[in-house]
Parts: sequence; structure tokens; C-alpha cells
Amino acid sequence: MNTPAPAPATAPETIDLAALARETKVHEVLDELDRELVGLAPVKARIRDIAALLLVDRGRRLVGLPTEPPSLHMCFTGNPGTGKTTVALRMAEILHRLGYVRKGHLVAVTRDDLVGQYIGHTAPKTREVLKKAMGGVLFIDEAYYLYRPENERDYGQEAIEILLQVMENQRDDLVVILAGYRDRMETFFRSNPGMASRIAHHIDFPDYGAGELYSIAQLMLTKSGYLLAPDAEVALRDYIGRRIVRPNFANARSIRNALDRARLRQASRLFATPDRPVGRDELQTIAAADLLASRVFND
Amino acid sequence: MRVTQGTFSFLPDFTDAEISAQIEYALQQGWALSVEHTDEPHPRNVYWEMWGMPMFDLKDAAGVLMEVNACRKTFPDHYVKVNALDATQGWESTRLSFIVNRPRHEAQYRVVRQEGAGRAIRYTVERADGGHH
Repeated sequence: MNTPAPAPATAPETIDLAALARETKVHEVLDELDRELVGLAPVKARIRDIAALLLVDRGRRLVGLPTEPPSLHMCFTGNPGTGKTTVALRMAEILHRLGYVRKGHLVAVTRDDLVGQYIGHTAPKTREVLKKAMGGVLFIDEAYYLYRPENERDYGQEAIEILLQVMENQRDDLVVILAGYRDRMETFFRSNPGMASRIAHHIDFPDYGAGELYSIAQLMLTKSGYLLAPDAEVALRDYIGRRIVRPNFANARSIRNALDRARLRQASRLFATPDRPVGRDELQTIAAADLLASRVFND
Repeated sequence: MRVTQGTFSFLPDFTDAEISAQIEYALQQGWALSVEHTDEPHPRNVYWEMWGMPMFDLKDAAGVLMEVNACRKTFPDHYVKVNALDATQGWESTRLSFIVNRPRHEAQYRVVRQEGAGRAIRYTVERADGGHH
């Protein structure tokens, strides 16, 4: 499709990009991204860039300028819980609205879904996953596990080769997003130059600050219909400050888990209050005690 | 002689785009798809070789076309067909089945008449080009 497309007889001289954007409703997804995801400014900026590129590309095609099918394979790097999967879901939606993937679904897999245990087991497994992802986005979490240099007979290499072939030859049919820790992804790309050269967009997901994590917690609570008591707000800020410096801190995921545990404690607390009807307020309020019982406050 | 069995077999051969459109229709109905091939398209030969497992949970025709092309590449001189299977009754039943690949030289058949006891006549459709044993 590299050849300059002959301008159709009816090709317009000018193109209204804003109208094109409205027509594809891509702004709805971008605004939703802004609204529902806290922080991640560099990520949002990159996604806006990509959306703009695709939109301009469509405009170019409409006026009959040559367009090259853009390479859309991406790599999302960042620590756990920084929103890679969530953004990948939105990315699938954006690409669908702009007409770069036909169906817009996301298939999330890890090494185990692609690599088999025996000779001849890997290719059918990988192909199976690829077939399911056709027309959408294939999200490979912790992609570097596909490559195990310590075992030269590892079947991961076979999966990588099949992936590469499809990424190159069927660009119209699916978009691949690799995700994982930044340093490990870099090592992976160094040993798989073929993969590195086929990935056009590298997006780095920064860790959240304490303030952002607090907003995320508020958002999660609102979504599930809970409120924080005034003293619980203080306790939550305190909790976040302590949790951040602990090992195995996984950003938003840790916050979600903490809130789930707080809900458990709230439930037991209410359940342990016998002989008294429980009101709507009590049912939806997380008290400071529910958070302060966490073991991060023990040391 | 052109082998005519399955849906669309009196039409000219489908292009890949037309095959995709049919697969897309089947996917929209929620049917699973499978690819099968044989070198003996005798009307009584209902068991064609399976090209891999039937495909469930696919969203897009490109995945099926990938298998069709792989099968054609491996068996360019076989008949290849795409089946669409409907499971709404609790078992998989074929809703649609069409040929997507034919060998360069189509299989030839002839009708043989045999005199039986009591002037009974039996007819057999047998391979005429020696292509299959």
C-alpha cells in the first residue's frame, strides 16, 4: 500500500479533522481516559499523539495522499499496578474507533498461554491465541519470560518467531502490545532485535505519587459505593505513605487490595455489633479503625 | 467435472474476501468454525480429515482464513472446506459448509451399473481417474 493512491475524482481539497474526530468519537475515549485514570500524564500525552497520527492518516487517505499502514505494535513498560492493562483496554477501543482494528477486543496472555511444554506443542498454542486476537489487540504481559537464554532448548523462541511473522505480515489484522518491567523489557529487546525493530511505540508508565494513589483510592471507593469517615481519610493518607516504602508495593493494585481488606474488616465490625439495626450510613462508611488494623501500622 | 457439494458449490470459486465475508457471517451467528480437507470428495465420504481443532471463541474472520491458507499451502491438491457449527441445541450441528480449495485436476467419478439377482440393478459411484485408493 506504499504506492501513492490515485486521488479519487471526488477527493476533497480540504479535510475537517475536527469533524473526522467527532465522527469517530475518539474524543469520548480520550476524555474517559483522562477522567477515569489518575495521573499518567506522559502516557496520556503519548496516546493523544498516536490518536492524532491515526486521525491525520485517515485524513490523508481521504484527500488521496499516500499513506503507509502505520506500525501500531507497542510496548508498555512500568512497575506492577501502574495501569498497563487498563490502558491497553482503552487503546483497543481507540484503535477500533479509528478503524485500525476491526473488532476492538483485548486478549491478555502470558508466557503460559503461548509456550507449550513439549516439542510441537508451542506452535499450535501460539497460533490459537493469535487467532483469538485477530481483529483486536493481543496483550502479552511480562513478555520477557518468552525468552529464556539460560535454556537454549526453551520453546519460547518458537513462540517469538511465530509472533514476529504475524506482527509483520498481518499488521491489518492485529496489534500486539508487550508489557512488563522496564529494565527486563530492555534486556529482552537487546536479545531479540527482530522484536525491537517491529515495535514502534514505547510507552513508559511512571509510578504513582502518594497524592495520586489517594485519588485512585477515592475513585475506587466511589465506584463501589463506599465513603471514608473523616478520620479514615487521614488514616488512608497515613497508610499510603507507609505502604509505598514497603517491599512488594504494587501501586494501584496494592491500594485496591488494601481497600478490599478494609471492606472485610468493616463487614466483620458491623457483623460483630449485635442487637442493633445498622443504618445506610454505617453500611457505606469505612472507619479509621478498618484501615488502622492493617499490619503496615505495626512497625 | 466440477465437484458440487456443500453450500455455494454451483457458484464460481470464492475469493479470499468472499470467504472472509461468509466466515464473518458465521461468527456473527455465534457458530464455531472448522477446516477440513480430503483427496476423496466422494459424496459418501462424510469423514474428511480435520485440519486442527474446530475454532471456538474467535472474533474475526482473519483467524480462520489463516488456517484455510495454511491448509491450502500444505495440501494444494486437496479439496478444503470450511464448516460452521452451531451448538445452540446442545450438540454441534453443521449450519454451513463450503469448499474453499480444489485441486488443479478435479476428481472424476462414474456410475457403474451392476446386474443383481432377480434382475435387480445396483448402481455404484466410483472413482474414474484413479486419484484415490
